[in-house]
Amino acid sequence: MRYSIFSLVREALSGHRGWGPAWRDAQPKPAYDVVIVGGGGHGLATAHYLAKVFGITNVAVVEKGWIGGGNAGRNTTIIRSNYLLPGNIPFYELSMQLWEGLEQDLNYNAMVSQRGVLNLCHSDAQRDAYERRGNAMRLHGVDAELLDEEGVRRHAPFLNFDNARFPIKGGLLQRRGGTARHDAVNWGYARAASDRGVDIIQNCEVTGFLRGPDGAVIGVETTRGTIRAGKVALAVAGNSSRVAAMAGLRLPIESHVLQAFVSEGLKPIIPGVITFGAGHFYISQSDKGGLVFGGDIDGYNSYAQRGNLPVVEDVCEGGMALMPMIGRARLLRSWGGIMDMTMDGSPIIDHAPVPGLYLNAGWCYGGFKATPASGWCFAHLIARDAPHPAAAAYRLDRFASGRVIDEKGMGAQANLH
Amino acid sequence: MRIPCPYCGERDAHEFVYRGDAAPQRPDGAEANEAAFADYVYPRANVAGAMHEHWYHAQGCRTWIVVERDTRSHAIAGATLAREAKR
Ligand SMILES: Cc1cc2nc3c(=O)[nH]c(=O)nc-3n(C[C@H](O)[C@H](O)[C@H](O)COP(=O)(O)OP(=O)(O)OC[C@H]3O[C@@H](n4cnc5c(N)ncnc54)[C@H](O)[C@@H]3O)c2cc1C
Ligand SMILES: [Zn+2]
Repeated sequence: MRYSIFSLVREALSGHRGWGPAWRDAQPKPAYDVVIVGGGGHGLATAHYLAKVFGITNVAVVEKGWIGGGNAGRNTTIIRSNYLLPGNIPFYELSMQLWEGLEQDLNYNAMVSQRGVLNLCHSDAQRDAYERRGNAMRLHGVDAELLDEEGVRRHAPFLNFDNARFPIKGGLLQRRGGTARHDAVNWGYARAASDRGVDIIQNCEVTGFLRGPDGAVIGVETTRGTIRAGKVALAVAGNSSRVAAMAGLRLPIESHVLQAFVSEGLKPIIPGVITFGAGHFYISQSDKGGLVFGGDIDGYNSYAQRGNLPVVEDVCEGGMALMPMIGRARLLRSWGGIMDMTMDGSPIIDHAPVPGLYLNAGWCYGGFKATPASGWCFAHLIARDAPHPAAAAYRLDRFASGRVIDEKGMGAQANLH
Repeated sequence: MRIPCPYCGERDAHEFVYRGDAAPQRPDGAEANEAAFADYVYPRANVAGAMHEHWYHAQGCRTWIVVERDTRSHAIAGATLAREAKR
């Protein structure tokens, strides 16, 4: 069914009894042209663009739990393209442009809301750094605006401007940045892919790879039987190392836990997304009114999908320093997700060094905004066996060859990115 | 998470700095080629399960220790001083 004002009116008048499931809950077939492992945003987006842009529809997405049960349904939903390095800007800007047309493309309300992303600065040096970043963005045709203190006051008057230690001096604003509804993104991609013939197979964990006589990957072993495949594409985010290890690979990735928090629903107060520049804290407000906020990863390797109290404390301290009024809001929930942190903080979209296997990994804590471009570029790689120009820098061999993309300039330590 | 420092006893993880997997061995600088160094610096086993890892007791005795911790549950099995840890 196509969603439209007419279908809405029709269903409203007939008691909403006619809405069917948004996608088919498929059973695994013995073979596909492409098997995508991982039903998060990236796996589902890859399936959609494979079918829609590259005409490959004999595709399965196999997901060990339910789609969107991983980071795709755990993130804080921020989308932006305010990057500095040449390897990153075109990719994230492609993603931003895909976000801007996503709902029409998918015929699904993903609640893309371009309310702006403001990064605050608290010193002259930090302002210089943001000026440089803003200039790099504008040179690539991306919108960026440097606000002075007055500008920030107009944008968010409730911030703690006169903090003795970290006074707010200004900020870098990307007005086209904002948020999108993460679950709706997953469901929208799933529905659009399923409509084009993609099988979405849930509760189906990949437990090994089927190898041909030459060692090439020719399928997957799953908890629901063997599935043969012309090509196997991994998009398992925090579990990338575990799944790649089944093919004998060691990746430049550590898995780390990132926590997020949401308050009780409040009246609209936070305009867009605001990030504190003197500690790690960022905040936005959901359409339901909850303040959605977070900060640093916990910092130690983890597959536990839950974090510890020191980071909870750190995030709350950041919040109190930035906007003391937050102290009166009650916390509703907190949770954690497992990040695939690479050694340079940038992702990998590349052939795996095993024939038949394709790798999409290393999204760190910023892969939600990348979902559309990641799907598009990964589909391009799978369909054409050549990298998409916007993702050409995301090679797996860049670590050994010294072409790392270290956006933050932190060095080869995963938990510092 | 509370980490049993061999000197200081069980202390909050907050007092420690995390370095990561204790398994990779720095190649001999004079002998090693680029590939050996790249292998030391970048790829990780990233195990889901028991892992030996380096922590630094920054706000305590300021020694490096090796902690055995399960990355799936955060359960800690024990800790030794890094210089006494088996290599
Ligand atoms: C708390 C938090 C806040 C975040 N905030 C933001 C943000 O504001 N902006 C932003 O851009 N990014 C953010 N991120 C990062 C973003 O969520 C991730 O980078 C992105 O979702 C990863 O891609 P994915 O959606 O495909 O991952 P996932 O949804 O994790 O998908 C991977 C899937 O693979 C499945 N899988 C794993 N192993 C197997 C197997 N063996 N067989 C079959 N399936 C398997 C998993 O079950 C999972 O569903 C945040 C993440 C977290 C945890
Ligand atoms: Zn100690």
